[in-house]
Amino acid sequence: MSSQVDARGLSCPQPVVLTQKAIKEGKTSFEVLVSNVVSKENVIRCVQNNKMKAEAVEDGDEFKIIVSK
Amino acid sequence: MGNFLASRKGIILVGLVIGVIAVTLQKLGNPANMGICVACFERDIAGSLGFHRAAVVQYMRPEIIGLVLGAFFVSIFTKEYQPRAGSSTIIRFFLGVFAMIGALVFLGCPWRALLRLAGGDWNAIVGIAGLAVGIGFGVLFLKNGYNLGRTYKVNKAAGWVFPAIMLGLFAMLIFQFKVSDAGPLFFSEKGPGSQFAPVAVSIAAGIFIGGIVQRSRFCTMGAIRDIIMARDFHLMTGVIALLVSATLLNLVYGQFKPGFESQPIAHTVHLWNFLGMVLAGLAFALAGGCPGRQLILSGEGDSDAAVFVVGMIVGAGISHNFLLASSPAGTGAYGPAAVVIGLLFCAVIGFTMKEKMS
Repeated sequence: MSSQVDARGLSCPQPVVLTQKAIKEGKTSFEVLVSNVVSKENVIRCVQNNKMKAEAVEDGDEFKIIVSK
Repeated sequence: MGNFLASRKGIILVGLVIGVIAVTLQKLGNPANMGICVACFERDIAGSLGFHRAAVVQYMRPEIIGLVLGAFFVSIFTKEYQPRAGSSTIIRFFLGVFAMIGALVFLGCPWRALLRLAGGDWNAIVGIAGLAVGIGFGVLFLKNGYNLGRTYKVNKAAGWVFPAIMLGLFAMLIFQFKVSDAGPLFFSEKGPGSQFAPVAVSIAAGIFIGGIVQRSRFCTMGAIRDIIMARDFHLMTGVIALLVSATLLNLVYGQFKPGFESQPIAHTVHLWNFLGMVLAGLAFALAGGCPGRQLILSGEGDSDAAVFVVGMIVGAGISHNFLLASSPAGTGAYGPAAVVIGLLFCAVIGFTMKEKMS
């Protein structure tokens, strides 16, 4: 199941809240869009704490974090 | 490229360094257990500008100015400077107002709560417990979909305004600006406002801490929130490091005086120490950062965080003008009532602010 979490423009800790929600819903493969470095770092840490893999791709001013099992 | 200060070792180092600098500032003249207190120092700035006339707490604190400028310079250098605005601005303003009202009932922001604990002021334990409970309620709101909405990129100049104003305030301090003999700027002749480290040391300390906090994302509210919300202890390791280094250095300097009674710039009314910090913690959680973090975000171009800071400065004026702020003698006449109103305000905001997610 693949989907996208759009957390662009959301301030701390919303990107992490939404990422956690996606993980809790049982999603194992999804993307998170964020618009600053801090959110990127926080989302990656959240994903890794949940023992999943995170890979960030820079996209202009924004970041796409690809989450997978 | 890795960001060392954002790593586990990095955040511990940052916590240790903040503790050392804060306690050293106390040694060099800042008030006891108040090496750096964002709430107290913003309150002193409000007093210096004449927004309140509590004669003992008026000084243009360079540490606050430095925190914003340090974050500004470093974020420009690292290309993280990003002017943004538009996330429920007026709500953030009032969260700042009530955060300050709560903090001044306890007499300190989370940073000072740690420094008070490090100095042996056990009343801080009550305050920190309140802080954790307030943040816990904030997490409940977050888990139920609380959200202040998205920010939007804005013109570069919108991000410069706040650091520029801070620079202006620093110039006013350097030139001892006076509108008339009566002020502003006002400067306390006695009390905590008359106690300060040399300006050059204070501004350098502020800029340095602003820089390392910007890089490390150090946040006291976030430390507690991340544990409750996600069992993430990353930020907490930094907070504990601050507590450890500040305590040890207080012992070295002979500034460690354990007990509840007669602590500097503190009172022992436990209920309101607790509830004041419940309010502050909840307001910080709903706004997404402790007061130190809000200053850093302001420097990075976040207009909404800057509005929160302005809200805190206005809140300091309200606190001292209307007898809400505590003093070593105990709570202010209307402090408890204001805390209750603030909690109601935060509850209404927490229940009603939900962004519709597509």
